[in-house]
Amino acid sequence: MALLNRRPAETSATSATSAQTTGSDAPDAPGATGPVARVRGHHRSFGDLHVLRGIDLDIAPGEIVALLGRSGCGKSTLLRSLAGLDPAPREEVEVRGTTAVAFQEPRLLPWQRVQRNVALALLNSARRGERERLAAETLTEVGLGAKLDAWPGQLSGGQAQRVSLARALVRNPSLLLLDEPFSALDALTRIEMHQLVIELWRRHGMAILIVTHDVDEAIALADRLIVLDEGRAAGSWRLEMPRTDRDHAVPEIAQVRHEVLASLGVQPLPPNPNRTPVDDRSPAPTPPRHHQGAA
Amino acid sequence: MTTTVDGSTASAVTRPSSARRRSTHRSPGSARGRSAPLTFLRRLVSPIILIALWQAASSAGLLSADTMASPATIAATARDLIADGTLGQETLISVQRVAIGLSLGLVTGLVLALLAGLSRLLDDAIDPPMQALRTLPHLGLVPLFIIWFGVGEEPKVYLVAFGVLFPIYLTTLAGIRGIDRRILEAADAMALTWWQRVRYVVLPGALPSALTGLRQSLGIAWLSLVVAETIAASSGLGYLINQAREFGQTDIVVVVLVVYAVLGLVTDGVVRIIERRALAWRS
Repeated sequence: MALLNRRPAETSATSATSAQTTGSDAPDAPGATGPVARVRGHHRSFGDLHVLRGIDLDIAPGEIVALLGRSGCGKSTLLRSLAGLDPAPREEVEVRGTTAVAFQEPRLLPWQRVQRNVALALLNSARRGERERLAAETLTEVGLGAKLDAWPGQLSGGQAQRVSLARALVRNPSLLLLDEPFSALDALTRIEMHQLVIELWRRHGMAILIVTHDVDEAIALADRLIVLDEGRAAGSWRLEMPRTDRDHAVPEIAQVRHEVLASLGVQPLPPNPNRTPVDDRSPAPTPPRHHQGAA
Repeated sequence: MTTTVDGSTASAVTRPSSARRRSTHRSPGSARGRSAPLTFLRRLVSPIILIALWQAASSAGLLSADTMASPATIAATARDLIADGTLGQETLISVQRVAIGLSLGLVTGLVLALLAGLSRLLDDAIDPPMQALRTLPHLGLVPLFIIWFGVGEEPKVYLVAFGVLFPIYLTTLAGIRGIDRRILEAADAMALTWWQRVRYVVLPGALPSALTGLRQSLGIAWLSLVVAETIAASSGLGYLINQAREFGQTDIVVVVLVVYAVLGLVTDGVVRIIERRALAWRS
């Protein structure tokens, strides 16, 4: 088992080639002259707590990067720096074009109707009529064309998250930042949201940075997986297989999953000593032994 | 004799507030499962009986007109006062005073709450004196206001404004502080300007709480006006009451009290309509 087969963290040298090595179903990145986001030796600390200890990261136009890590590893802090929500020196964090963020909670304004919620994201970039039109268009794109006049409180969790996605998308960002956007949704809704993100990405071609706990979500969506541990990049994997083919049964995918989980400190379940390997699923005479779950 | 007059006036004075309270509590009562019109009729029975007993006592001479006029006399007086325009004119003056004082107090309270809610520094400057002043019983300030502003319109308007200031300040500030920080952060992520944040996030977010404050303010506004007009006035509903007191006209006193009660009910109803429209998103 290649449990300790961690690759060195991505450096600026390797990521410079990321534009042409993205998955085969990646959209054509127009004018791919350089990264949309460039992070160099980014360091952040709160008092004595060093949350980020020198992060290097380049995100190519149209690339989807998944940032994984246990709670408190600094992945959300990195996203906040990229989003401009926390101040970061320009030498350390530089983003070309617009960013937009969708958070774990939809964070809609409960006192504005759905369409207005999305339109407000364009408050400083379009006229009123244009704002409303673009908002309606984007909401239709995420499948909520019938909910323009609804109040956020009337939506299901998945619908609210779609509005949140539309609100980010309507800004036509060159870098879309997703902070654990689907972790509060049920498993089926989450799969639908993954498909939606891929569709939107194929159509719009923006780069995406998604922060997640979910290794399978990262594998389903990303061109590149990066594991953060204690403020440093602990490993990086590139997935070149088309997203439609990324199945657990594919050895390459299984291997990456295995390695990423190991990098996150999750050990595989050992074989049941009381059963032959083929018959592993029948009820065991002894209580099954649980190991620590996924991060 | 004097004690009975005091007793009956006191019970009449409490009537406006108890009428207002009853109307607020009616909705949970009627939601108990009984049919609404039947409940309403049933709840009408005891007040009608009480008024009938009152009329009977007056007609039988048990209740002298000096102590309390009979319901029939009061109704006749009300008709006369409406007919000769006195009631309408004095009511208009009183409503004007409340409107001006209320606007003054609301605007000041809102601005102070916004400043304190949006800036830590201003919060430290504004909040301590406001918290200290709000413990003052503001009706006790009447003598000072008369010394400062005389007996014209100013002391009445300012007393209303001062009384209204605190509930609106406190509830609006609490509303601003209670806004979900994550929503404010989302506004930052959309690159909204400071003023856009205030307009689309802070103000609507504080509105439910501020409307609660507005309702409290209205009650206080009418109360302040009654006190101010009763002490010194040459016009308005309070003046009408004072005149009536001098001549022992209990019928006029009761008519004015009923007007106060109705005005309180109407303004309360207006706020409730505003609430239903402005807070439609919460249903």
